[in-house]
Amino acid sequence: MAVESTRVEAPAAAGAFRAVSRFTWRRPALVTVGQVSAPVAAFLLVYVAALVALLIQSLWTTDSFTGKLIHTWNLDNFRTIAEDPYPTIIWRTILIASAVTVTCMLLAFPYAYFLVRIASRRLRIALLVATVLPLWVSYLVRVYSWRLILNPEGALNWWLNGLGLPDQNIAYTNWAMWLVFTYIWFPFMVLPVYAALERVPYSYLEASADLGAKGRTTLRRVILPLAVPGLAAGSIFTFSLTLGDYIAPSLVGGPGSSLIGTVVFENLGLANNAPFAAAFATIPLAIMAVYLALMKRLGAFESL
Amino acid sequence: MKRLRLVHVLAAVGVVALAVPAAGVTKSDAVPTSVGKGEGKLTLVAWEGYAEKQWVAPFEKATGCDVTAKYAGSSNDMFNLMTSGGGGQYDMVSASGDASLRLIYAGAVQPVNVRLIPAYKDFFKAFQSPPNNTVGGQHYGVSLQFGPNVLMVNTKAFKKPPTTWGALYDPRNKGKITIPDNPIQIADAALYLSKTKPSLGIKDPYELTKPQLDAAVQLLQKQRPLVKKYWALASDQIDLFKNGGSTIGASWPYQVNTLRAAKVPVVGVIPKEGVTGWLDTWMLSSKAKHPNCAYKWMQYISTPKPQAQQAIYFGETPVNKKACKIMDSISKGACAQYSANKTESYYRSIKFWKTPITDCGNGQSNCMDLRAWTDAWTKVKG
Repeated sequence: MAVESTRVEAPAAAGAFRAVSRFTWRRPALVTVGQVSAPVAAFLLVYVAALVALLIQSLWTTDSFTGKLIHTWNLDNFRTIAEDPYPTIIWRTILIASAVTVTCMLLAFPYAYFLVRIASRRLRIALLVATVLPLWVSYLVRVYSWRLILNPEGALNWWLNGLGLPDQNIAYTNWAMWLVFTYIWFPFMVLPVYAALERVPYSYLEASADLGAKGRTTLRRVILPLAVPGLAAGSIFTFSLTLGDYIAPSLVGGPGSSLIGTVVFENLGLANNAPFAAAFATIPLAIMAVYLALMKRLGAFESL
Repeated sequence: MKRLRLVHVLAAVGVVALAVPAAGVTKSDAVPTSVGKGEGKLTLVAWEGYAEKQWVAPFEKATGCDVTAKYAGSSNDMFNLMTSGGGGQYDMVSASGDASLRLIYAGAVQPVNVRLIPAYKDFFKAFQSPPNNTVGGQHYGVSLQFGPNVLMVNTKAFKKPPTTWGALYDPRNKGKITIPDNPIQIADAALYLSKTKPSLGIKDPYELTKPQLDAAVQLLQKQRPLVKKYWALASDQIDLFKNGGSTIGASWPYQVNTLRAAKVPVVGVIPKEGVTGWLDTWMLSSKAKHPNCAYKWMQYISTPKPQAQQAIYFGETPVNKKACKIMDSISKGACAQYSANKTESYYRSIKFWKTPITDCGNGQSNCMDLRAWTDAWTKVKG
């Protein structure tokens, strides 16, 4: 802090500046501390303190009528989570998040591979822009457009009928949620996988071929292992984003489509039960902790 | 320094969080007996569309009270705006029945002297002292506008529109039904049960004991597989009726009118079991900084002209019976379209939303409160 303020008043305090400069020259660690303390403090304040506040609040309750906090420590909120229907909702969320993640992986890997190895430079740029383009459009607009596509009288059925196929009827079901989440989080999977594949030198593939590996073996033993960090990074996005979302379930989900995010939103927005919402919000934290531990065990972070 | 700072910050956060004042309920029976000079300002928390220029501008011109409105997204939003931060930032709130009792019991709003509001005597009797804004003979604001929750039916799919809420629980309508996504919807099931299963002894659909609430939840859980969608916004249901395959659902007159205007053949039915409905009230904050302007607003907004303007703008029914004629002069047939010309007994038959509380209204306090209703609704939707 001191370093910065003296620098501003440089002409008047040139001597002092030189003294500070001399002092810190011998102690580079001090400079580092001075430089990072502000962002670290901001991080602690915004992220860690918020999480601590969340945890503290989850141990309180509210007066159900006036909505005022009752500051008595108890685990009631966590006990409620174990009751019907919350375990079902948690399992449903994990299931959909996993399905979305796996689908995104299956789609993103060949797509990213095509971008890196096969597409011409011009096509690659065009496709990359097309991939991230939806991110520049409002989230709500994209979810709404899926409603129009999936509606019984929507674009998809019109198109299926044109091909002589029967109507689909997945509007307002969990299948619709899976489809929409996959579409929305797809760019978050493509970009890290693309980055990972791009770093695989072509000489590795040549070396693999020289050693007698067929295409499939090269894919399995060389390319895929090197793409794992990208897939892992992408899956963290797709998985955690699905865990917290509540807008897509309310717009394209149907009966029996409540997710963790829905419960949190309803307790904050309708029931005025912030402590229970806080308690429920720790569930995705726990799920992500388990997920990350699992990824680490699988060696996904070794080359980071 | 860094460590010290962090410790201080955490301590400060803890102190602030712990010290949120558990302010007691302030109940003062003293109401003003005259309205003084305006303070030049009036701050409102309102539903979007409730502070439109066409009726706010004449008020500002006549009284010199500058109106600023903050729009709330939900009843809970309104409740939080009026109770958080001391509640002194806003003078009034256009609370719906599912929030008004909470506001009263939380001490966020104060009694209002209705004798100072001349147009009050022109209100339909049913809206002069409705139970969602009048407690123990004490008025906490003036009723504003209301609407019934009707059974909306597509007449192309139903040649003879059903006249019972039972149609929403009929397996033959599987996949065609749309229901509002709101815990207060449990009251619709309770109202149906009060007529079809008298053995449960449901008198008031908002005052349910545990077994009664469980019975309503059971009925709603049986309904779930039949439901196409629990909709969050009125526009959702409009979409679903236009091209989403829904032909029957619980709805509001607003959707019926909007769909009819778009040439979708729907009607809003008042089933034989009766209907629930909502009623909004202008309530006065217990810490209002501009009480005189607030009274002037209540005087003004209760008169026939702004009542009619707002009813037509928003698609709801005014509580002032003299508004009917003006509605027809603004838009021909509007009075009948929005049911502003019905009999007292019709208005009395509507079971208006009120916050479910533990007090059953009969000296017993074993009723299920809004928290229990919200939990039950989560269970219903799965």
